[in-house]
Amino acid sequence: MDVTATSPYVTQASATKSRVRQTDLRSRGEPFVWVLGGTLVFGIVMIVGFLVLVAWNGIATFIPEPIAVVTTTNGTVIAGEPSRTDVFKPDDNTLGALSPDVRAAISQNGGLAGRTLYRVGNFDLYGEDFRWVTDFDVKTVSYPKDMVYVERLEWGPFIGAVKAITIENQVIDGLKLDDAQFVKAHDEARARWARIHEIERNEIGAVNAKVDRARLSVRKAELDSGRDSPAYEHAEAQFEQVSADSHSAYDRLTAEVQELRAINDRSSVTFVDIGGREKAVPLASIVRAYAANDLGPLEKVGVYLSRWGEFLADEPREANTEGGVFPAIFGTLAMTLLMVVAVAPFGVITALYLREYAKQGRLVSFVRISVNNLAGVPSIVYGVFGLGFFAYVLGGSIDRLFYSENLPNPTFGTGGLLWAALTLALLTVPVVIVATEEALAAVPRSMREGSLACGASKWQTIRNIVLPRALPGVMTGIILAMARGAGEVAPLMLVGVVKLAPNLPVDGIFPYVHLERSFMHLGFHIFDVGFQSRNSEAGKPMVFVTTVLLITLVAVMNAVAIVVRNRLKRRFVGSQF
Amino acid sequence: MNVAVAPMPQFDETVCHLKRGKQGDVLNIKDLSLWYGGVAQALFDVNMTIEQGMVTALIGPSGCGKSTLLRCINRMNDLVDGIRIEGAIVLHGDDIYDRSADVIALRKRMGMVFQKPNPFPMSIFENVVYPLRVDGVRDKTLLQETCERALKGSALWNEVKDRLDQSALGMSGGQQQRLCIARAIAADPEVLLMDEPCSALDPIATAKVEELIDELSGHYTIVIVTHNMQQAARVSDNTAFMYLGRLIEYGDTEVIFQTPKAQRTQDYVTGRFG
Ligand SMILES: Nc1ncnc2c1ncn2[C@@H]1O[C@H](COP(=O)(O)OP(=O)(O)O)[C@@H](O)[C@H]1O
Ligand SMILES: [Mg+2]
Repeated sequence: MDVTATSPYVTQASATKSRVRQTDLRSRGEPFVWVLGGTLVFGIVMIVGFLVLVAWNGIATFIPEPIAVVTTTNGTVIAGEPSRTDVFKPDDNTLGALSPDVRAAISQNGGLAGRTLYRVGNFDLYGEDFRWVTDFDVKTVSYPKDMVYVERLEWGPFIGAVKAITIENQVIDGLKLDDAQFVKAHDEARARWARIHEIERNEIGAVNAKVDRARLSVRKAELDSGRDSPAYEHAEAQFEQVSADSHSAYDRLTAEVQELRAINDRSSVTFVDIGGREKAVPLASIVRAYAANDLGPLEKVGVYLSRWGEFLADEPREANTEGGVFPAIFGTLAMTLLMVVAVAPFGVITALYLREYAKQGRLVSFVRISVNNLAGVPSIVYGVFGLGFFAYVLGGSIDRLFYSENLPNPTFGTGGLLWAALTLALLTVPVVIVATEEALAAVPRSMREGSLACGASKWQTIRNIVLPRALPGVMTGIILAMARGAGEVAPLMLVGVVKLAPNLPVDGIFPYVHLERSFMHLGFHIFDVGFQSRNSEAGKPMVFVTTVLLITLVAVMNAVAIVVRNRLKRRFVGSQF
Repeated sequence: MNVAVAPMPQFDETVCHLKRGKQGDVLNIKDLSLWYGGVAQALFDVNMTIEQGMVTALIGPSGCGKSTLLRCINRMNDLVDGIRIEGAIVLHGDDIYDRSADVIALRKRMGMVFQKPNPFPMSIFENVVYPLRVDGVRDKTLLQETCERALKGSALWNEVKDRLDQSALGMSGGQQQRLCIARAIAADPEVLLMDEPCSALDPIATAKVEELIDELSGHYTIVIVTHNMQQAARVSDNTAFMYLGRLIEYGDTEVIFQTPKAQRTQDYVTGRFG
């Protein structure tokens, strides 16, 4: 047949073509795909950009900066670390006082002038940590080599020059901060300081704890069997004994502390600020001192790493704006692990019951929907529930039953690590239940039937075949729960997280693990340092570093869980053929 | 094998010319009817006797209820929601659908091989001794002996004896199916149930499994479902032809395939439908 001759087909085809062209945009999906794709790209760029910003600021925080000495037009001289710059609109008074050509330059710039924020330190001398210097005020900027940046235990950093170094009550001429003699003396002084800290924190704490326990057992004997019972007398005798012992231990420790203090008091460094004011700083309270403008690349790296070391391993000081965050790292990890320990069995057992044992029907559907919706309850509500139920009701009962001698002081009857972990477990359990149910449902029927046909009971089948097979799915649930739980802050503020915990939940005092103690948490630390502290400018870098740390911690915990899950998957799922 | 041909149709509808074994019967299926979801009837008054030590094949067009019947024997159908079963199945004198019957103990007396190989995600060794493990057997030597005997029985021993502790999931499909057979015979079942054991295998693996079934016959009482008539003709002593949930003809395999008594059987085995 001659196709070209069949004209009806040809005209019909072209007619359809023109029709299609008109409805093209509306009927096709492409524009929507573009819109959706664009939104996705935008979202990803925002997230990645945020992560890069945080990471960059966090990583750069501990790099030692040079110290600038700025002389202004009105004759004041300041020395400080440039912290950040911005532009502002000077008011008319300020402008009026300026020379005409500066004014012209500013108005040419749209009325805007630049300024730089310097961290001048020396809070004890100046009463402020930071100072703005406007660009048009600057006469000269120099970077003298003798400027040192001193991190101290108190009052924040000192910026100035070394005037004299006193070691063992002797002023040693010509000694520099990086001389071996100074470094040795400094290390020794710091070691003595650490020992003092150790005694005051742990050893005296242990003695006190012992006395406290003895006192409480007296109280317990009194509550249990009355004042004239033999048990009471026995306890009291014991208490006398313990407190007598403790007095001698206490005296010994105090003597040691005093001796160490006396030694430390004999060494100090006298600094002089840029205005010529002197300040003697005990050697032991210098955390780190370096000549900021005279650092080689290696020394820079050394300062950088030692700051990270301090940050990761030490306790915070200066209202959390300096020092380390070790207690917060420990608290976050301990709470998350405890939460996993609580949430995993609870979630898995619930899901097992719902999926394998409960009679599927309206009730089970209702329960399932409720569980799913639990994930949408605002987390602060869980915090309130945790405080009310766990701390007050459960903890209160535990206190009345087991710690009555300590009342009215609460032991478990207030926020603490255990209650925080349980609250978060409650918050994240829906995730685990849903994931586990899905994993159970995905176990092939043929596996269950194979096991049942071998004469295994239902429970044996579940334990031997179904659960191992579902384990990777369960792990996915736990990973999601962990990711959510580790980043949650709001409910924790109600059930045990504090700004500064005096002790870790694990220490050398019997019974070594104290789940009832309040604890620190990185998420709350960020909130506290960044937005609650008096000196928010000084805390800002810490916010970034702590955020980087929290993100890293969560990522590492998840990575570990993912590795475990993939192992399980390879082992239990494999391929069918 | 020493056999005697029993004539006479025993039951109403079914044409029966059973080849009797000399050891008597193992299973008696009496008036078995089954409903899925309480309405759809899948089996209609099935009456059947399974002879000891012989291979019985269930054939019929797909959907005729072969699997359903097979799964009634070890009460696998109990897992299906809303199922209703009437009638009785007697295993060596015990009614397995009796109220007091212990399903788990009952399943221990049978082995089952499924359509798709379903090895457990464990080592080869653990797969084979699984039926003993669920019985709580701890004795190492007993477990090892059983494993060896079962694997030899399923003609797999030489292939896997050096890698018993490796995962069973790494084996080929045919090996996996023979492993499942080893698992099914590990606990010395009174009846071995097989539901199209070769349908997921390639021809070479199929030949091996068929050969294996041939070797097992005589030692074990085997009930095998197959949609492959050559296979039924090759491996079985007795064949049951089912159609739309009814047992049409049951008896000597040779008779069924050469001189079937019922019209429907004839139509089916000559390929007129199916
Ligand atoms: N779990 C089930 N629920 C409802 N109907 C089923 C179920 N299993 C099988 N059936 C139905 O029962 C009939 C017999 O199925 P089956 O025994 O699997 O046939 P086959 O002979 O192919 O093995 C079919 O009509 C099938 O649709
Ligand atoms: Mg079938």
